[in-house]
Amino acid sequence: MKEIVVISGKGGTGKTSISASFAYLEAKNAVIADCDVDAANMHLLLDADFSHQEDFYSGEVAVIDSEKCTNCGDCFDVCRFDAITKKENYHEVNPIDCEGCWYCSRVCKHDAISMKTQKAGDLYISNIKNGGVMVHAKLGFAAENSGKLVAEVKKKARSRANNENKSYVITDGSPGIGCPVISSLSGANLVVFVTEATISGLHDLKRVYKLVKTFKTPSVCIINKYDLNLAMAKKIEEFLAKENIEVIAKLSYDETFPKAMSQAKTIIEYDEHSDIAQNLKSAWQKIKNLVNKEKK
Amino acid sequence: MTITIASGKGGTGKTTVSSNLSFYLASKGKNIVLADLDVEEPNSSLFIKGDEVNKEIAYTMKPIWEQENCKLCGKCAEVCNFNAILALPKGILTFPELCHSCYACSELCPTDSLPMKPHRIGEITEYKSEFAFVEGRLDLGQEMAVPLIKQTMEYVNKKYPSALKLWDAPPGTSCPVIEASKDSDFVVLITEPTPFGLNDLTLAVETMKVLNKKFGVIINRYGVGDNKVEEYCFKENIPIITKIQNDKEVARLYSNGELIYPKIEHFKNSLDEIVEFFEGLK
Amino acid sequence: MKIAFTAKGTTLDSKIDERFGRAEYFVILDEDSGNLEVIENDTSSMEHGAGLQAVKKIVDSGVNVVITGNGAGQKVLDVLKMSDIEFFIGASGTLKEAYEAYKNGKLNKQF
Repeated sequence: MKEIVVISGKGGTGKTSISASFAYLEAKNAVIADCDVDAANMHLLLDADFSHQEDFYSGEVAVIDSEKCTNCGDCFDVCRFDAITKKENYHEVNPIDCEGCWYCSRVCKHDAISMKTQKAGDLYISNIKNGGVMVHAKLGFAAENSGKLVAEVKKKARSRANNENKSYVITDGSPGIGCPVISSLSGANLVVFVTEATISGLHDLKRVYKLVKTFKTPSVCIINKYDLNLAMAKKIEEFLAKENIEVIAKLSYDETFPKAMSQAKTIIEYDEHSDIAQNLKSAWQKIKNLVNKEKK
Repeated sequence: MTITIASGKGGTGKTTVSSNLSFYLASKGKNIVLADLDVEEPNSSLFIKGDEVNKEIAYTMKPIWEQENCKLCGKCAEVCNFNAILALPKGILTFPELCHSCYACSELCPTDSLPMKPHRIGEITEYKSEFAFVEGRLDLGQEMAVPLIKQTMEYVNKKYPSALKLWDAPPGTSCPVIEASKDSDFVVLITEPTPFGLNDLTLAVETMKVLNKKFGVIINRYGVGDNKVEEYCFKENIPIITKIQNDKEVARLYSNGELIYPKIEHFKNSLDEIVEFFEGLK
Repeated sequence: MKIAFTAKGTTLDSKIDERFGRAEYFVILDEDSGNLEVIENDTSSMEHGAGLQAVKKIVDSGVNVVITGNGAGQKVLDVLKMSDIEFFIGASGTLKEAYEAYKNGKLNKQF
């Protein structure tokens, strides 16, 4: 089983539409992991049925029992996150600001503080188009540890792929360079960067690439909207060449992306014979060739 | 007044709008400050080519083990809820990237062997252009954006207490965006009229409602998709501040890091609508 | 001495897992009693600190020597060094074969 992780650094480059196309092409032989748990979108293109749901728990918040509280203020004195306020006769924790460090509960001499496990999100396993399966999630409000939810999504996807003898896990990562992205990259056999021919696209690509470089995972790149700015596309290609990253597709600035999306279709379904669809099919084939060639 | 420019979905135009708007407001003599709070991938500096006037290193406090008086009692590891300290046979190991800086280990250590020391997380850089521009940039490998977002806002609030402050927020709806929005007077949500745009907008709206923030919507690339975002806004009584027309020429200027409004009339008209809306807020 | 192997299975006939962090199992051989203890490594849950918790289990089991194939990440190495545990790489084949190689000084001692 090989895992392919698609990331972008910058949001809005077309990463999710592209991942969804790969998912559609390989549905019967892949499990999909939508790791953009903060603002997941793949389900909109893949007809996900949300058939299985589980609660995701992470961390705790402090809760003060106002009856037991003597208003001594010891908890207030130790909280570094300004999460505790003094009320008239007792102290109170604001769950949004509470980091769940347990410090207040450890110093309370009156046993008035308990730590309650937090439901931090929902995890889903859905049947999708073309006989495929997708693991996805929704992070709860102000929930910390999105990295942990991402890890959970990946774990379920990988285990499902192994159990059902599917050859691939296709992971749609999140934008940025922080914890959820790092978590998305764990265990990847190949990283696919999706960038766009703009100055921001190049800047964010370079930044997220530095992160991936430390993992030493083989990488390839898709340049989207390349004809929007050919000079910028050339700068991107020069950067990629220097880092030995193969460009596996160049997609033109095309309203196919939003049009297909509006019909809840992947680009492949929308117009199989379009240049973009052909490019994506050939890119996916290149990806498969590369991961299968990889030495164990 | 402080206004956050957020989105939900990435790539909808937060940086395009906030940087163009800043130049536009400055050209009209407004005292404004722009802060780029997308500390993981700050892009505004690509569009605002100012002179660097100040750079500060941003720190959080992390425990450092001092062996001298340590009795290896293991209390530190016991009280850390984030697996950031291990008490091992030969000594104490700390893992700064897991540490949330709660100070429990340091303050509960019986021998004072874990003093909290500054640990670099990124940089805050101030530039002078037609207006003051401050950027927060997280070091690669740092996992948490929130502390740097907080410190960047504090820097601006301290130095420019009476300016109109624009926060260019990160994409998404989780902790970093909450940090960038929770103390603002108003939040602008920029979206695009597509299913992804609508999906993420509803998530962002949910977040703003829990935070009890006043908010409004800008529909960017208006015309590229469908009208479901507009219908949603009408149904929910969410003010639509302006609709920026879908225009490849806007994308092309953006791709080169150029300002849009001096060259594109309809974009300038949209900025006028935004300015007018802000006037109405006071 | 207690010796921990990174393994793909749970017996001495199982193959060595060349990786440390992603190893499926840690199999601990007590040389004195001949007993085997198996720690399952929950690798794919990259909960912050999970990989290190697995190492901590090894430390807590009183392991003196770790034998693996390729090596381990810096954090793992720091934990092992701080615990006075010797670290050998270059193992391959079955656990039995790796043990023989260790006894015959054929493995690469990192520390």
